[in-house]
Amino acid sequence: MSDERKIRVLVAKPGLDGHDRGAKVIASSFRDAGFEVIYTGLHQTPEMIVSAAVQEDVDVVAMSVLSGAHMTLFPRVQELLGEAGVDHVLLTGGGIIPEEDVAALEAQGIGRLFGPGTPTSEAIAYVREWFAAQQSA
Amino acid sequence: MTVSKASTDVLSDRLASTLERFRDGQVTGLARAISVVENERPGFQELLHEIVSPGPSAARVGFTGPPGAGKSSLVAAVATAYRAAEERVGIVAVDPTSPYSGGALLGDRIRMNEIATDPGIFIRSMATRGSLGGLAATTKEVADLMDGFGFDRVVVETVGVGQTELEITAAADTVVVVLVPESGDSIQAMKAGLMEIADVFVVNKADRPGAARLVKELRHALQFRPGHGVKPAPEREVDGWTIPVLQTNAIEGDGVPDLLGAIDAHRAWMDRSGELDRRRRERAGGRIRDVVERDLRRTAWRTPEALTLLERGVEGIAGGSETPYSVARQILAALLR
Repeated sequence: MSDERKIRVLVAKPGLDGHDRGAKVIASSFRDAGFEVIYTGLHQTPEMIVSAAVQEDVDVVAMSVLSGAHMTLFPRVQELLGEAGVDHVLLTGGGIIPEEDVAALEAQGIGRLFGPGTPTSEAIAYVREWFAAQQSA
Repeated sequence: MTVSKASTDVLSDRLASTLERFRDGQVTGLARAISVVENERPGFQELLHEIVSPGPSAARVGFTGPPGAGKSSLVAAVATAYRAAEERVGIVAVDPTSPYSGGALLGDRIRMNEIATDPGIFIRSMATRGSLGGLAATTKEVADLMDGFGFDRVVVETVGVGQTELEITAAADTVVVVLVPESGDSIQAMKAGLMEIADVFVVNKADRPGAARLVKELRHALQFRPGHGVKPAPEREVDGWTIPVLQTNAIEGDGVPDLLGAIDAHRAWMDRSGELDRRRRERAGGRIRDVVERDLRRTAWRTPEALTLLERGVEGIAGGSETPYSVARQILAALLR
């Protein structure tokens, strides 16, 4: 039964930019992949994202950041998750993020970050693989 | 069966730690307890047994109605008002699971962003996962968990419903049916479904044309027109509760104080009349049946003999010597022996 457990993903759109097409595309793709997707809309603060992640007991937080504030937002959400006592969640995401920043964030323990043009299947496969590894751990 | 005498020592270490955090008032404990129940993980019934034993105490309100009627926005408005009165609020919001992919997009939080970080509010989204009654299979039990966690109010929001998804009555003390002016055309059809479960009617988006007409039609359909020569239906008279038909505009907050008043008036009436006790007994009876049926189903298909009889029965049907009924009889006889 446990291998059939639904993967719960919070798709979050932090910050001030109003471009939520990417977030909607990934939310729909995750839904079609059989995930339970919690989508909270535009202009989320890190506090709102973490509060939703805790209450919804999600497995994954996927953030879409197109504003250039990724070097602030990803570490901040990671920090707040830690403060909330959540240590089992994969924090991942996508957006317009330069390669060196991706490397820097991944070095800080953030999950994979996907750039423009990534096939949604790649993100889905990544989440599935991570989840399977968690389950067997 | 260990269920009847369950205590913390029959829980696994992980569940015991969840229960400890739950009792300590930590939201991560509540969040995890809900997941355990929602996924029906081993031990979930023992966990529920521990948590629900003091019995219900929160005031439970259910919001139901067609898709897009504004249920989530109304729930947010109501929760905001409860917070202003320093009451703690638990919210369960249900959205549909795709029958094709098994996935779901749970979007009720979008309407609740303004209350999302209030520490006195806990919002949980659930997917129906194939249940057809307007709730997920374990939504009622999740409401129990929130009650046990100590919220003053527990608000349950159904999926957008049609006429016959009425399970909300088993989850809430007070049922608010939310309609919009455009719902008017379907009033006739609703008479034998949604119409019968409302304790309070709300016509939301009341700034749109047709709201007053719908209110009138609803009152007419309810046969409450005192002074116009039409008597209330006899059952309603005995009940002693006049179902109010209210108008709101959830986004602007118009009419929300009236709705709050109606919910509390209904609650006070239930207390006074013994109706609350009656509903809770009915709910307890329904819950016992649910749990027994759920356990029977699991037990049945985990019993090797039943599975053997099933397989053999399929062959028998193919060979023309059995029918589904004769096979079922054999299986039941084996299980009940």
